[in-house]
Amino acid sequence: MVVMNPAGDIAVQQRDLIVVSTILMLIIIIPVMALTAFFAWKYRQGNKSADYAPDWHHSTKLEVVIWSAPLAIIIALGAITWVTTHTLDPYRPLDRIAEGQAIPADVKPLTVEVVALDWKWLFIYPEQGIASVNELAAPVNTPINFKITSSGVMNSFFIPALAGQVYAMGGMETKLHAVINKPGDFEGFSANYSGAGFSDMRFTFKGVSQADFDSWVAKVKSDSTGLSRDNYLTLAKPSEREPVHYYGTVDNSLFSAIVNNCAEPGRMCMSDMAAIDAMGGGGMAGIYNVVNRDLNDKLMPGRKPVPVLDGDVAASTVKSYVGSLCTPTGQGAGGSLTQANYSKPVEGAALAPAASAL
Amino acid sequence: MFSNPDVLKFIFGKLSFDSLPFHEPILVATFIGVMIGGIVVLGGITYLGKWGYLWREWITSVDHKKIGIMYMILGVIMLLRGFADALMMRGQQAMAFGENHGYLPPHHYDQVFTAHGVIMIFFVAMPFVTGLMNFVVPLQIGARDVSFPFLNNFSFWMTVAGAITVMISLFIGEFARTGWLAYPPLSGIAYSPDVGVDYYIWSLQIAGIGTTLSGVNLIATIVKMRAQGMTLMKMPVFTWTALCTNVLIVATFPILTVTLALLTLDRYVGTNFFTTEFGGNAMLYVNLIWIWGHPEVYILILPIFGVYSEIVSTFCGKRLFGYTSMVYATVVITILSYIVWLHHFFTMGSGASVNSFFGITTMIISIPTGAKMFNWLFTMYKGRIRFETPMIWTVGFMLTFVIGGMTGVMLAVPPADFVLHNSLFLIAHFHNVIIGGVVFGVFAGINFWFPKAFGFKLDAFWGKCSFWFWLIGFYFAFMPLYVLGLMGVTRRVSHFDDPSLQIWFVVAAFGAVLIAAGIGCFVLQIFFSIKNREKLRDVTGDPWGGRTLEWSTSSPPPDYNFAFSPVVRDQDAWWDMKQNGYVRPLEGFKAIHMPKNTGTGAILGALSIAFGFGMIWHIWWLAAVMFLAMVVVGIGHTFNYNRDFHIPANEVIEAEGKRTRLLGNQA
Repeated sequence: MVVMNPAGDIAVQQRDLIVVSTILMLIIIIPVMALTAFFAWKYRQGNKSADYAPDWHHSTKLEVVIWSAPLAIIIALGAITWVTTHTLDPYRPLDRIAEGQAIPADVKPLTVEVVALDWKWLFIYPEQGIASVNELAAPVNTPINFKITSSGVMNSFFIPALAGQVYAMGGMETKLHAVINKPGDFEGFSANYSGAGFSDMRFTFKGVSQADFDSWVAKVKSDSTGLSRDNYLTLAKPSEREPVHYYGTVDNSLFSAIVNNCAEPGRMCMSDMAAIDAMGGGGMAGIYNVVNRDLNDKLMPGRKPVPVLDGDVAASTVKSYVGSLCTPTGQGAGGSLTQANYSKPVEGAALAPAASAL
Repeated sequence: MFSNPDVLKFIFGKLSFDSLPFHEPILVATFIGVMIGGIVVLGGITYLGKWGYLWREWITSVDHKKIGIMYMILGVIMLLRGFADALMMRGQQAMAFGENHGYLPPHHYDQVFTAHGVIMIFFVAMPFVTGLMNFVVPLQIGARDVSFPFLNNFSFWMTVAGAITVMISLFIGEFARTGWLAYPPLSGIAYSPDVGVDYYIWSLQIAGIGTTLSGVNLIATIVKMRAQGMTLMKMPVFTWTALCTNVLIVATFPILTVTLALLTLDRYVGTNFFTTEFGGNAMLYVNLIWIWGHPEVYILILPIFGVYSEIVSTFCGKRLFGYTSMVYATVVITILSYIVWLHHFFTMGSGASVNSFFGITTMIISIPTGAKMFNWLFTMYKGRIRFETPMIWTVGFMLTFVIGGMTGVMLAVPPADFVLHNSLFLIAHFHNVIIGGVVFGVFAGINFWFPKAFGFKLDAFWGKCSFWFWLIGFYFAFMPLYVLGLMGVTRRVSHFDDPSLQIWFVVAAFGAVLIAAGIGCFVLQIFFSIKNREKLRDVTGDPWGGRTLEWSTSSPPPDYNFAFSPVVRDQDAWWDMKQNGYVRPLEGFKAIHMPKNTGTGAILGALSIAFGFGMIWHIWWLAAVMFLAMVVVGIGHTFNYNRDFHIPANEVIEAEGKRTRLLGNQA
């Protein structure tokens, strides 16, 4: 039972908490179950020798006990909860790597950016400049800082042997801090249902020595594929049981673009949108754009398009304003949002096609 | 003209021949089975010439007792559907390992678990609970009906309309593949472009109207229609829990309605409340749905706590221990249930202080719940316990529910929840409290009040068989899930790679089969009880040595419940009357003012199905026409001034005289 026998310090502390809270509650539960069985047997109708007090219905002493005993347990458990919820807060950087072991001064935490895609996991190592799909490796006894997001649907990033789960949500970044103490291959998966390919949305988490980690990084680096925007968009298309593969180089702005919903060409980043709103908003032009947005432009490439109603066809070809503010891609211009153009960048000036196609 | 796509689209919306699941053999077989069953039932009714009887005595009835019974029938029928889904899931998970992908592809499996959750909560547990409250509360408070009898009939038919809408999705189109709470963005139009989520939305919206109105009705009934002398602190505990439950319903169901309405706008007109862009936020939906969803849990369990309270004191032959603390515990749970919702998503990245707050409030709920458990325990202490079927269910509940309570508190500790959230441990926990609490209590309640509703007891042998199959089946089905949860297995998975897990799923599937036997025994129990009804007959109206007012009248009670409104002097009013030599009045009967039956509720329910169907399939003309028709029928009903009548005094004399003779024979 991996939850009761984990390999990471955070998960170990969470396991201990399960054990402690169970023991605390059994102090009440066991007597209640025993008394239930005992009273049911003793005061059965056939046992005429048992006392029968049909009008006895109140005892202040007993009332005090039955309210205060659970209260005492909950006070104890509540105190433990308050403390451990803070010390084990996934957003809180670690201050130890195991019980009684502070973080050595020379160890620098490893940062991993996690993206939940339909239906696979992308792990970006910004410091190493590499990325991998459905395989995560980390050196033992090194704090890991996960930054987690999703390309769209809600998932939950969970490696039971390492630490508790945190949701991966589109347009948002969540955090998890953890450390693995024992080397080994551990199972990781999505713990929140996300659609058809969810069941096989699994990956391997490798806890390895620093030397093995370095050679793993070297192996990934030797892969000639780079994680550019285009390759990301290809990867992001829904797929199931995606085999492990690596990207030797990574577009450093990609993770932030994914969080801001602007990895696709022709999309305005949410951070920019928020900045425009903070300065008073896009006015009527902004509203006009939202109103005329084709439902299809919300879709990730490759996803089944929404059947377009007649009126919407017209809407999708109407010129909109925000299109002209969209981020251009490296290879070409900010293109239109039709699927064909994802793989075939529009040639020409950066801004004009976006404005007309949107 | 019919080849013109625009015309076809106008007439049929998104509906086409492709929407019918001819390619799904399981569904085709089910459909044929349902058709044959339907033809047999409808043909039988026609053959026996019972349509008029059904229409006059049941469908149009505004009698709270008949409506309560119909709610229970709805619950049993939908239990069979929801449980069929459960068996399919257990079967799939027991076989889908490695190369074997089972017999349900994700497309089908994901609908099955969504439908299972939706049906079991909204169309099994809710009708059962509402049915019990509807039948029992007016009798317990000495009233002749609920405050708004027509509204009661209307509420029931809206609930039925919601249930029918869910059932239609089985054969026309498909149901949601989102999980029972339909979290966006998955339930948004971008990721669920088909009609499944629309079926989900409209069935819940339609049924939700019924639930909310029934809540209003029962609050008004309990507040305004109690018998003379029944002060709040003399109300039976079941009525207290019903009051708290209906307060919860009225306060929370509108939140569900609004949340689903916002999701509807996202899906139908392209707003961005819960999308990941343009300022939309799915976390908003998750918060809103659980602000309804957590009180919903207490909407189900509170009245069932009331059922257990009535049963324990009746079958122990003893006044309930700690009535006052029981009432306060109920009220405290009612209030606290509003401030715990975030414990359903500690893992969504809230700060530690927020998580701690909601974790600790959740734990605090276990204090009044624990007090209730002790109160039942000390009611048994120095009692004289008769192990009739309802009492057996109650003891089974007490032993099972505490385990679910314990695992619930474990889940309330946020860091522990981080490893247990969404796991099969969680699934085991909430089935432990819903089956071990709500379902056991519903069966206890059915066995307890059935003789009141029909005048004869339920067969004890088959009742005990049903109990033991359910109890043992429950432990076989869900204890393995606790273990699997600790092995890090998450919910809603349709295929596994690790073969070491399989044995646990096989054991769980075996448990589900045992539970199926329990349900079978329940059906047989009903069948044999009806068959042997003369042997099981109770003419006293008080077969268990009851304590509250419903046992003071005949079984089944007359339409008017009580010829004279009872006068209450003590908590257990009927026990008090029996102890102090109450003499049933034999003369002085007067004509009784009663509400008249009306078909408006059933008609509105039927129209709302058609309206919902139009909205689901984007058949706008149908939706518009049906909505207009609902408004017209609703307004038209207000012009019906012919809505009450008097049961003449001689009919009352006759009915009461008959009861006098029966009681005389008994003595």
